[in-house]
Amino acid sequence: MSNRTFSIGGVHPADNKISRECKIETLPIPETVYIHLGQHIGAPAKPVVAVGDKVKVGQVLAEPGGFVSAYIHSSVSGTVKSIAPRADLAGNPQMCIEIAVEGDEWLEGIDTSDTVITDFPDEASVCLEKIKAAGIVGLGGATFPTHVKLSPPPGKKCDMLIINGCECEPYLTSDFRTLLEKGEQVAIGTAILKHILGVDKATIAIEDNKPEAIKHMKEVLANLRKVSTRFAGICVMSLMKKYPEGGEKQLIDAVMHRQVASGGLPIDVGAVIQNVATALAVYDAVQKNKPIVDNSVTVTGECFPRQANLLVRVGTPLRFIIDYLGGVPENAVKVISGGPMMGRAIANLDAATLKGTSALLFLTREQTVRGKESNCIRCGKCAEACPMGLEPFLLNRLSRAGGMLDALEANAVQDCIECGCCLYSCPANIPLLDVIRQSKVQVMGIMRARAAAATAAKK
Amino acid sequence: MSAILWTIIIIATLGLVLAVVLYLVAERFKVEEDPRIDEIEKVMPGANCGGCGFAGCRAFADTAVKAPNLDANYCPVGGNEVMKKVAAILGYEVQEKAPEIAVVRCNGNCEARPRINEYDGYASCRVKAALYSGDTACSFGCLGCGDCVNACQFGAISMDPATGLPVVDQEKCTACGACAKACPKNIIEIRPKGPRGMRLWVSCMNKDKGPAAKKACANACIGCSICFNTCTHGAIVFENNLAYIDPAKCKLCRECEAMCPTGAIHATGFPKPLDKDAVKARIRERNTKAAEAKKAAEAAAEPQKKEEE
Repeated sequence: MSNRTFSIGGVHPADNKISRECKIETLPIPETVYIHLGQHIGAPAKPVVAVGDKVKVGQVLAEPGGFVSAYIHSSVSGTVKSIAPRADLAGNPQMCIEIAVEGDEWLEGIDTSDTVITDFPDEASVCLEKIKAAGIVGLGGATFPTHVKLSPPPGKKCDMLIINGCECEPYLTSDFRTLLEKGEQVAIGTAILKHILGVDKATIAIEDNKPEAIKHMKEVLANLRKVSTRFAGICVMSLMKKYPEGGEKQLIDAVMHRQVASGGLPIDVGAVIQNVATALAVYDAVQKNKPIVDNSVTVTGECFPRQANLLVRVGTPLRFIIDYLGGVPENAVKVISGGPMMGRAIANLDAATLKGTSALLFLTREQTVRGKESNCIRCGKCAEACPMGLEPFLLNRLSRAGGMLDALEANAVQDCIECGCCLYSCPANIPLLDVIRQSKVQVMGIMRARAAAATAAKK
Repeated sequence: MSAILWTIIIIATLGLVLAVVLYLVAERFKVEEDPRIDEIEKVMPGANCGGCGFAGCRAFADTAVKAPNLDANYCPVGGNEVMKKVAAILGYEVQEKAPEIAVVRCNGNCEARPRINEYDGYASCRVKAALYSGDTACSFGCLGCGDCVNACQFGAISMDPATGLPVVDQEKCTACGACAKACPKNIIEIRPKGPRGMRLWVSCMNKDKGPAAKKACANACIGCSICFNTCTHGAIVFENNLAYIDPAKCKLCRECEAMCPTGAIHATGFPKPLDKDAVKARIRERNTKAAEAKKAAEAAAEPQKKEEE
């Protein structure tokens, strides 16, 4: 049987899921946590606590700073030590709330037991309000506030909810472990999301390199359907392994065979996509009143002696996680936050984890070395690999010529999803993505300015 | 033989007829253009660098002819000499501008600013700046990939391998500003060259608080505000833990340079090297005199107050 996949481009990097057998274990709580105020796309949150305040786990630390923004909660109990800028993963200063940990006291009303509650409220608005109050953001990496995504603009109708369990990046296993260990919770979270959106169909999409997860989720859903009719219409779909299947537009193509137009959103073709970890967070928020205070992080790499999938409190310093697992290996030269394809190298190991931190990946010099750049031979491999149907070789030339922003826009540089397939497939080792990302930022800046000017003119 | 003759006759006639047609068409559809545009273009440097803010020398000439005065048009490459010629052609008055030069506001060399990580990505400052704060603890300083060098059309800027910082060639720099635009950290500033090339500037852009700045780089401006308190001309602007010397107000006394604890204030073009101790002694003397004068004034004011009471 040939499984579905997206229709254009894509590459097949080695799987390397070496931490797939490691059960999710809970990391001890560090002595100090640093909680960033900008953990999501959109406006940074505004702090509502002051230095010296005592906080409990789950207490609101900061309120949304705009429409596209989210609540931030304390992940530990203790005293607020400072609210000041601190270097983030990239070394740039960002506002941070520093909390000195004292014990582990949870806010009243949060259910910390492991009992699975299958029955959820009938009113969609109640569920949505709980999701907003829990500060849930897309945990697949984009960290877009979930409550905004679940409120489709008027006139747009959702046909299908897709739960993204692809985890197409090599090395990452946290979503896979979540599906295996908390499959029921994910399925209930899916049902809640489906209920809020008012759709009949929901699909949990999993790549076929995770057969255990597919089998497990099918069993879980079969059992849940016996309990309640609310679980009807949720199915598990096995997709062919191909990177970047977990990209929103690629996943819609693979599951629904619909294409999102340039500049469009998934809702334009009737799809809403949520990550597995987000579905779990939704379950926690609605059924247990538990905001996002922890998330699972894969710590892996061939050179790393102790592979692990850890449940980490938000704001835990990276060094604490690494020291817990035995310290930085001697031959590791690069630590990446996220997977090897789209993750970013970490410049500062004293930085703290965010809600969206999915993995720490250790690489050796041999693994990170870049080949010497040579001339483009117009082989077209990058264009073949691009899942968005762009021509990276052309965008590269236009970007390097300088001042060709109109031509770049005409060639849809703004559609680039920065998946890195072009760079991965280039035989001449041209840093295509590095160059294209630059012009994408410039072009999108111009497009935003133009849109703002157009709305101002209308008024 | 006759074949060659016929060919010559036919081609010559054809040429003549087409020449007449071309002439008539050119006359009929002639575009009137100000002849002064060509004249101005001739006196321009012809580098088409865009330093004036227009697309090239001809675009500059075109706008200069249409403008009511030359306030918006200034060629930094040609300087006052070229502008005098342009003004003569147009019959305008030209306001002479002090010649300018690019100044690098970072002195985080390899010794002062230790590398805390290694960058192995694409060698471009813009790419590097978009990825992270840089390979040192200072998130404001030079990234060292040489985008400014690539931007310069005059070969006036080069990377010094010893310090890892760009160096501006005073003779070649035309102050077109291409390097300043190319730098993602905005560390290059176009400043007046100063009288006989004498100028002072703060060679740092670090806006961190003192301890953080000092930890990142030994040559950083730590925002101690000593220069601000020393300057008697009000030339130092102090903002976000960073000093800036206003070239319009600076009298080149070099007192700030002598007092700066980290050597973040740089000077160039001065005939004599700075005698720090002498300048410091001078400032001390002035301060004690001022304090004495203040005391004396207070002492003089006190009996008056008593009398009033």
